Amino acid sequence: MTIMTYRQALHDTLRAEMLRDESVFLMGEEIGVFEGSYKITAGLLKEFGEKRVRDTPIAEEGFAGAAIGAAMLGLRPVVEMMTINFSMLALDQIINHAAKIYGMFGGQASVPLVIRTPGGGGQQLGATHSQNIELFYAFVPGMKVVAPSNPADAKALLLAAIRDDDPVLFLENLALYNTKGEVPDDDVPAEIGRALVTRPGRDLTLIGYSRMAHVASEVAAELAESEGLDIEVVDLRSLRPLDRDTVIESVKRTHAAVILEDDWLTYGIGAEVAASISDGAFDYLDAPVRRVAMAEVPMPYAKRLETAALPSRDDVVTAIRQTLAAVGRRTVSAGVTQS
Amino acid sequence: MAIQARQRRSEVAAHSVAAQAAGPEPAVSDEQLRKFYRDMLLVRRFEERAARAYTEALVGGYCHLNLGEEAAVVGLMAALRPADYLFTNYREHGYAIMRGIDPKQVMAELYGRVDGVSKGWGGSMHMFDITHRLLGGYGIVGGQLPLATGAALAIDYRGGDEVVMCTMGDGTAAIGAFHESLNIAALWNLPVVFVVINNGLGMGTAVTRSSAEPELYKRGAAYRMESAPVDGSDPVAVCEAAVRAVESARGGQPYLLEVITERLRGHSVVDPAKYRSAEEVERLKHEDPVPHFGARLLASGVLDDSGLAAIEADVKALVDEAADFAASSPQPEVSTLFDYTYATPVANDSRRLPGQPLFEPEPFPASGSVASGSVASVPVASVPVASVPVASVPVTSPAMNGAGA
Repeated sequence: MTIMTYRQALHDTLRAEMLRDESVFLMGEEIGVFEGSYKITAGLLKEFGEKRVRDTPIAEEGFAGAAIGAAMLGLRPVVEMMTINFSMLALDQIINHAAKIYGMFGGQASVPLVIRTPGGGGQQLGATHSQNIELFYAFVPGMKVVAPSNPADAKALLLAAIRDDDPVLFLENLALYNTKGEVPDDDVPAEIGRALVTRPGRDLTLIGYSRMAHVASEVAAELAESEGLDIEVVDLRSLRPLDRDTVIESVKRTHAAVILEDDWLTYGIGAEVAASISDGAFDYLDAPVRRVAMAEVPMPYAKRLETAALPSRDDVVTAIRQTLAAVGRRTVSAGVTQS
Repeated sequence: MAIQARQRRSEVAAHSVAAQAAGPEPAVSDEQLRKFYRDMLLVRRFEERAARAYTEALVGGYCHLNLGEEAAVVGLMAALRPADYLFTNYREHGYAIMRGIDPKQVMAELYGRVDGVSKGWGGSMHMFDITHRLLGGYGIVGGQLPLATGAALAIDYRGGDEVVMCTMGDGTAAIGAFHESLNIAALWNLPVVFVVINNGLGMGTAVTRSSAEPELYKRGAAYRMESAPVDGSDPVAVCEAAVRAVESARGGQPYLLEVITERLRGHSVVDPAKYRSAEEVERLKHEDPVPHFGARLLASGVLDDSGLAAIEADVKALVDEAADFAASSPQPEVSTLFDYTYATPVANDSRRLPGQPLFEPEPFPASGSVASGSVASVPVASVPVASVPVASVPVTSPAMNGAGA
């Protein structure tokens, strides 16, 4: 184990995979000479040269598509989209092509492509640079979407994504880059499509991914400390495929769920998780499933407004308290004594 | 508009004759000329058969035909080596056949059958065959351009000597991917030839109404990319122009080739092309490149009447055989529906048919079963009576069901 930042885990994993496999190469805007907008690729141009660390023109559709075409011929491009907002310029290539090619041609060509991109909010970047639109990709069969919340998963899921033969949208988050954690020294890829119970508990299930899984762990720890609450945390890690079973099994144990997400609530990732809980754990619920998500506005620039629009720890704590209160009312009216 | 296309064709043809006069072109053998004619006729008869199958409801979806563009198809494909790659658009049946794919497999794909070149998953617009290096027909206008550029990048990355040819229609020159791809290809010296099949019409919109520079080869100048127009009604001229383009790309200089053609029919099988005048339709029939090329070979003695008839019979037999094969090939089994979502198997991949529940309903707890756990201690009697709908329905409560699982 080594303690390092999420950024360092990404950097080291990219480097190790490039050393391991000649067919792995990087493409993106400002990843080489500029060393990456968020410095994930710092030093890699110097080490690997222009062939394998390729600065692209500002042409998201063009270079994403070129990466897909290169992947069809067996290379393993890892594309950096400077932020997920810009990936919308490449939607046609990602959704109409990367996600379709394997199926549309009857399994004759796969697309071993990784698109790394950070979601965000909280940096005062305004409406066009603060969105969390991973849902667009998670909606589409043929795509795989992973969303690590900590440095260890950043490594394990990036290893998995690069070695996978399908297009993987690898969601990072601006607010996570400087977070630290223990990272195993071994190269063990995570299993895409698996959520993890990162903290066991009995009172309520807190579900999140990416930054909000990180927030979930912190809130659960704080409430355990301050109030003795025993909250279980499920880190989704993979948005497509979605590991419903892990969520359902947890909710069956705790009988209450709060879902945290940095995207918008209506039609968001949490809506799918909540619907899944309704499908799989309806009879087990002692309170309505709550969601804590971004306010449904174009993100404002002004700090006070931006802070209000983003889900905060206080928002999460409030939702937890209200959910537990609802559990209490319901169990009292049904004559249940919570043990 | 169409008159303009015809004018441009003859201008370009005259220019190319002048160029040939300046220096001797390698002569095309009689055998090659006969093969060009035979291939053009094969594409023609195949497309006519496809159109008929469409009207018989044996082919679904969209069906875009190469009718009128046979010389372009045949000339372009003759310029490629077997190891070169082709990316094309949704008007692709002729290209698939000319890359060497059995017409039976192409027709079976139109019919949506398991023996289709894409196993029935692609249809008319999405044919793919790695063996013959057809890297796909693509249904989204311009979608194939970035992909072709990337395939060329992969060739360059590995130091290979293959070339990628990427064909498109004239309407594609208006889309952003055209600019982004040509720019990247030129910037990185990639081995790719972009070919615009300019038939003068993007669906019903004339190229003069969609491109501020309707002489599309001139777009190459913006990328310092060599480019040229060619008369698309002459397979010999197309092939020679394509060979020059392909060899340029093989040397690391991407190329933009504009092939000026005319579409004989509507955009797709179901388009009556009412945007065309009766005179134009008549002219197109009169100038149809397939009989024209046949007549040329007859006049020059490369083919005689019996030779023409033999080719006609040979091609007809191939097309009939393709249609019979397609009709007898089975539809894919529903059990294969989830076979091609992912190349790498993945946990929790959904394999649910419409209407199937996400979770199978849990069995009701056996009567008298004793539950355990926090909520399991609820006595049945404590369940509010109002929540029990009908006495004969097994009585469950959230608590009981939870405990019984």
